[in-house]
Amino acid sequence: MIAFLRNTWRGLTSMRTALILLFLLALAAMPGALLPQLSLNARKVDEYVAQHGWWGRFLQKLGFFEVYATPWFAAIYLMLFVSLIGCLLPRTFEYFKQATAKPVLTPRNLSRLPHHAQAETDSSPEEVLAEAEQHLRGWRKQADENTISAERGFLRETGNLVFHFALLGLLVSFAIGKMVGYEGTVIVQANGGQFCNGGIANYDTFRPGLRVDGSDLTPLCVKVDDFKAEYLPNGQAKSFHAGIGYQSGEDLESGTWRPFDLEVNHPLRTAGDRVYLQGHGYTPQFTVTFPNGVKRTSATQWVPVDPVTLASEGAAKFDPPNITDPEQRRKNQLAVTGLFAPSSAMHGSILTSNFPALNNPMVAVDVYRGDLGTDDGRGQSIFSIDKSLVDQGRLTKVARKNLAVGDELSLDDGTRIRFDGVNDWVSLQISHDPSQVWVLLFAVLIIVGLGVSLTVKRRRFWVRATRQDDGRTLVEAGGLARTDQAGYGEEFTRLATSLLIKET
Amino acid sequence: MPVNETLATYSDWTFNSAVGVYVLAMVLYLCEQAFSRAPKKEPVAAGGIPGLVEEPRRDLGRPERLGRMGAALTVLGAALQLVALVLRGLSTGRAPWGNMYEYVILLTLAAVVTWIVLMAKFPIRRLGGFVLLPIVILMFLGGTVLYAEAAPVMPALQSYWLAIHVSVISISSGILLVPGIASILFLIKDRKPEKFPKVPSTDVLDRIAYRSTVLAFPLFTAGIICGAIWAEAAWGRFWGWDPKETVAFVSWVVYAAYLHARATAGWRGRGAAWINVLGFAFTVFNLFFINLVTSGLHSYAGLN
Repeated sequence: MIAFLRNTWRGLTSMRTALILLFLLALAAMPGALLPQLSLNARKVDEYVAQHGWWGRFLQKLGFFEVYATPWFAAIYLMLFVSLIGCLLPRTFEYFKQATAKPVLTPRNLSRLPHHAQAETDSSPEEVLAEAEQHLRGWRKQADENTISAERGFLRETGNLVFHFALLGLLVSFAIGKMVGYEGTVIVQANGGQFCNGGIANYDTFRPGLRVDGSDLTPLCVKVDDFKAEYLPNGQAKSFHAGIGYQSGEDLESGTWRPFDLEVNHPLRTAGDRVYLQGHGYTPQFTVTFPNGVKRTSATQWVPVDPVTLASEGAAKFDPPNITDPEQRRKNQLAVTGLFAPSSAMHGSILTSNFPALNNPMVAVDVYRGDLGTDDGRGQSIFSIDKSLVDQGRLTKVARKNLAVGDELSLDDGTRIRFDGVNDWVSLQISHDPSQVWVLLFAVLIIVGLGVSLTVKRRRFWVRATRQDDGRTLVEAGGLARTDQAGYGEEFTRLATSLLIKET
Repeated sequence: MPVNETLATYSDWTFNSAVGVYVLAMVLYLCEQAFSRAPKKEPVAAGGIPGLVEEPRRDLGRPERLGRMGAALTVLGAALQLVALVLRGLSTGRAPWGNMYEYVILLTLAAVVTWIVLMAKFPIRRLGGFVLLPIVILMFLGGTVLYAEAAPVMPALQSYWLAIHVSVISISSGILLVPGIASILFLIKDRKPEKFPKVPSTDVLDRIAYRSTVLAFPLFTAGIICGAIWAEAAWGRFWGWDPKETVAFVSWVVYAAYLHARATAGWRGRGAAWINVLGFAFTVFNLFFINLVTSGLHSYAGLN
């Protein structure tokens, strides 16, 4: 039993296993780049599964659309890290043992070493060794009767260990971040709209870490005052800028709004969390004047369907006013849907957008009247109406028209719908990851360790001076690079030359 | 900011001249390779003190002179490329690696410079043709398929990290081209050494591959980490398994495997060379497939 355990452990910690695990890790990570992933684009995953039939469902079952969350991916990297620990522990012991060890004895026959040189001189062996001692400054030396054994490059192993331990540290910090961190996105109107990080319900989408239940979010409020976008003539975005105010910590009690320029590449960092400007779009505003004179206004964000021209779709939904009978109220709801074009262009009678900025905003609306299905308890998209209700005849199209800002249309019952104008909305992301600073620290250690371990060479140098029968001194030098021979030749030559040539 | 069209045009001209010069250098190298006789003895693998023994000077044969001209032209080509890059940067007023065309200029420049440095240290001049071939192909693709007008970049790229992250990644990928080629030659030579007497010994090729990988790997690591720091500011997370990030991670793991393989009995030599070729394949895959075929946050090719 113990033999079995020992053999398993040895097998797991051997370099060969580590190599195979590295290959497996590379192999297992690849599908994540080739197949659509849930975390990046859930819609594409659905499309892929729908298009590929049983093969798609098979891949889904095996977790190929969320590779980095699957047990098999975790198994590979956990085994790799167990193997790494198994490899590092003995090496660390060895490291501390060697840290105080003396350089090894000089080999008897120096000419057998990969690097070797010899010469004769008139100086005495003592003088030669004294001079060698001078040249070997910075080396770890051990002098003997007629020889010096020197070693250098202990830092290589230091760097190597730092690198590998930092890898472990990075993985652990990463994992902690995935446990206690969260990120959420929310759309805020850019005309003074506010968002407070009070609970998960305030978000449009929320991705909690495994240990986040939403009861303990960082208190933080953001108010978006304005939004500006600049574009190149070809429609490519040049800059996005949101002027915001924020509150955190004591400001929440005193009610102070601190101003901040939120931009792409310039997130707000406050109270340990980050707020990002992730996207923007338009909010067309409609006012409905009902036959009885009552006005209702709706300003709901529409979603861009063309990322270049920002042509957007959406739905403004209205309840009829002053009707107490729920049945009647439900049957007379209104929805203004259609396409919004920030810079309108007509293709025949079809409205399109040819530029993302608000040069000539126009909206092509379809007005529906009837039961929007907002009371049946099911959630529905704010960007569209429930098409099945149209098919069932519970919702009917009552008007269709293109409206510029200020234009109105009238329905058969005298209801008037006015396109008032357009506002911007921005989508914000709030991120919480207390361990990412640790990830950064370990990442820096990884670079440092790697740099040191790949540039420093562990190498040995021996010199022996023996008095010959003719009274002259034979000086021999030998050198050995312990890890990789490449590059030691030049240094050895320099050392050996300075010791030998001058004296011949 | 406005684009200086004159400078941009000059940049294009110097880029095209560099390609021409490289093609010429390649032809010269190939002539040297074809007409020279195989060396009788490997000059480098000898033991003892290399520097102490003076090598006897020989008269230069015609093939050798062609090779030297090729080397001179390679240096000229690199200089032209550098000028093309600097002019691009001046014309747009930003770091000249904001789209795939510019990225390819920097990458190939790094590869050529690495090769020039190695050429000074190892007797590998006559292999120049093999290294210049992929470089010329890359530059040709860059100048035609991937070409993008000098223009400002989108907001997500407007950061000083563009100058740091992209240049470090591009330079390290360029350096990694050299060990990739050296490892392919290693595998060819290793299969039938007697059939390719003019290719240097596997020992030399292995050392070239190792030294350039060891230089590029920490750079590549630093480049990925710089990318993560930038992603944290631009995209809201430091790592999100975007396709480009994933393949960069995979290549990193493969090169890490290469370094380990070189220290593992049974994997030295052939095994390590295969792994290095694989790493190079992933680097090329990451450049072309991920940028042009899949869609992700790194889709900055400037091609729509």
